[in-house]
Amino acid sequence: MKLLVCVKQVPDLESRFKPDAAGVWYNETDLAFRMNEYDEYAVEQAVQLREKLGEGTELTVLSIGPDRVVETIKKALAMGCDNAVHVQDVAASGKDSWQIASIIAAYAKDKCFDVIFTGMQSQDRGSAQVGVTIAEQLGFACTTTIVGFDYDNGTITAKRELEGGIKGVVKLKIPALVTCQLGLNIPRYPTLPNIMKAKRKEIVVIPVADMLKEEALVATGSFHPPAKKGGGIVLEGDVADLVEKVLAILKDKTAVLR
Amino acid sequence: MKTLLIGEYREGKLLESTYELSGFAEKLGAETAMLLVGDENSLPAYNGTLYLADAVTCGEYNPDLHKKLILETVQQENPDYIVFLHSSYGWDLAPRIAASLKIAQISEVIGIQDNGSFEVGACNGKMRRTVKSATSRTVVTIQAGAFTAAEPGGTPTVRKLTADGGGRLEFIGYEPAEQKEIDLAKAEVIVSAGRGVGKKDNVPVIAALAKALGGELGASRPVVDAEWIAHDHQVGTTGQTVSPKLYVACGISGAIQHLAGMKKSDFIIAINKDKDAPIGEIADVLVVADVMQFVPALTAKIAR
Ligand SMILES: Cc1cc2nc3c(=O)[nH]c(=O)nc-3n(C[C@H](O)[C@H](O)[C@H](O)COP(=O)(O)OP(=O)(O)OC[C@H]3O[C@@H](n4cnc5c(N)ncnc54)[C@H](O)[C@@H]3O)c2cc1C
Ligand SMILES: Nc1ncnc2c1ncn2[C@@H]1O[C@H](COP(=O)(O)O)[C@@H](O)[C@H]1O
Repeated sequence: MKLLVCVKQVPDLESRFKPDAAGVWYNETDLAFRMNEYDEYAVEQAVQLREKLGEGTELTVLSIGPDRVVETIKKALAMGCDNAVHVQDVAASGKDSWQIASIIAAYAKDKCFDVIFTGMQSQDRGSAQVGVTIAEQLGFACTTTIVGFDYDNGTITAKRELEGGIKGVVKLKIPALVTCQLGLNIPRYPTLPNIMKAKRKEIVVIPVADMLKEEALVATGSFHPPAKKGGGIVLEGDVADLVEKVLAILKDKTAVLR
Repeated sequence: MKTLLIGEYREGKLLESTYELSGFAEKLGAETAMLLVGDENSLPAYNGTLYLADAVTCGEYNPDLHKKLILETVQQENPDYIVFLHSSYGWDLAPRIAASLKIAQISEVIGIQDNGSFEVGACNGKMRRTVKSATSRTVVTIQAGAFTAAEPGGTPTVRKLTADGGGRLEFIGYEPAEQKEIDLAKAEVIVSAGRGVGKKDNVPVIAALAKALGGELGASRPVVDAEWIAHDHQVGTTGQTVSPKLYVACGISGAIQHLAGMKKSDFIIAINKDKDAPIGEIADVLVVADVMQFVPALTAKIAR
């Protein structure tokens, strides 16, 4: 069988974000990048399926972005992917979800993948569109936000997470695409030997121009911090002082301290 | 301007959140038609045309069939916007419609701009973007709670829809949420641990503050997913919804799904080392500090 997992590299979300020169996305200076959290679950699930199927199964990881995304691809390889594809695009952050999905679908079109895994959403853009759109373009069956995955003889049984913690159980036949939710599994930490092994694996590089034939359907006007609502107090400084201030507030504003 | 609103049912009942779609259309100043795959016995109070398919025959989760019904209705109504909630139903179905029609989709809208742009979140709620559709028709999903539900009223003019053909997904059934051993909804004080507490070994420090304040221990999702704290302590859209007198968020960034579960708390104190964390937008007090330094110091003072 042939499996594909799509991973995006995103900035550490604890960073400070500043608009870039055009004012439409974040300025990358000083940001540290890592694998999109949702995609860690997608990679783990893909690797687990690959291990279950054993010999004769091939798992490919794909990422679109500038050269820095190679680090994320290497992490996926170290977690257990067999092959890697880097769609090289310095301007990936300017593409809309339709274009990103189109690039992946164009790559996958003639590769006969049986199962494709994506994250439910990316943490920086958060459109929750790319996975489903790839499936639509390829004509794959698809389900989203999965917190349970089982594969047997051409059929996937997936557990979708719904609001309030209720789950919906669905069965779908391959070829299929699933989008992975937090908590689906416990993503493994790559071991040192696997990290070393991953370093030797080849990464196929494809220029984005070879894959993209679609125009953007959505345009970004601006990227900016939220308007400050105000109201709340911000306390900063020495811990002992902060404790005194918070105690005073608790006594003054709440009935919990008597 | 015209919108086609796609509401939701769960286990035969109309979801209240469907009215938020009308709230969005009102804010947009647009006419509406509605489409529901649901049940005649649980119709919305709504003045307008309601395209209704039966969930018993079409399924509550059957994306292939629901897509077909929506596309037929789009032909009939010619809407400028096709509007879903950004929910497990909406984010699953919306991109299928957008891709089929090859039109723009704008996800998780939180605001409407005067110039036809929409405001959406970015970077886990820390930042915002304004975006504009480049196609004449647009699919929109709206963030839960971002648009005030319209005052329900009226009786819909029902137009029945039928669909045949199965769809590729077989829906097996619902699984109830896990049994809860603690009911956070009753707690007067909740002290919650987020990923910012760093590791499982630090959780007792947060639990000690909860105890000193006579409250319960809550948690954000990553802490539960990593098995630092049991699932029934999770606060948020996929956990419990709480409204205690005091909510203390320790090392929690304030993602929308967490806020949805606790923003109705009477008084909110957040401890975060990041002054820009989105939790600051709803907290009454944001303490900019390291949780592992501040929390034990506070607990020691209270316990005395
Ligand atoms: C469909 C869906 C449903 C979801 N349902 C839920 C839900 O029900 N409940 C929920 O909580 N989440 C839910 N999530 C996940 C949600 O989007 C966030 O990922 C999650 O809430 C983040 O948890 P966190 O704030 O603990 O972690 P993070 O976002 O990683 O934030 C950690 C915070 O701790 C701060 N910090 C780090 N170190 C320290 C320190 N030493 N001292 C002080 N502060 C520190 C950081 O500045 C940061 O703000 C859901 C997501 C989806 C897509
Ligand atoms: N640049 C990218 N390269 C590879 N996969 C991506 C990229 N962007 C998004 N994806 C995949 O699509 C999922 C959903 O992203 P989004 O629609 O942006 O929220 C992510 O979790 C990834 O699996």
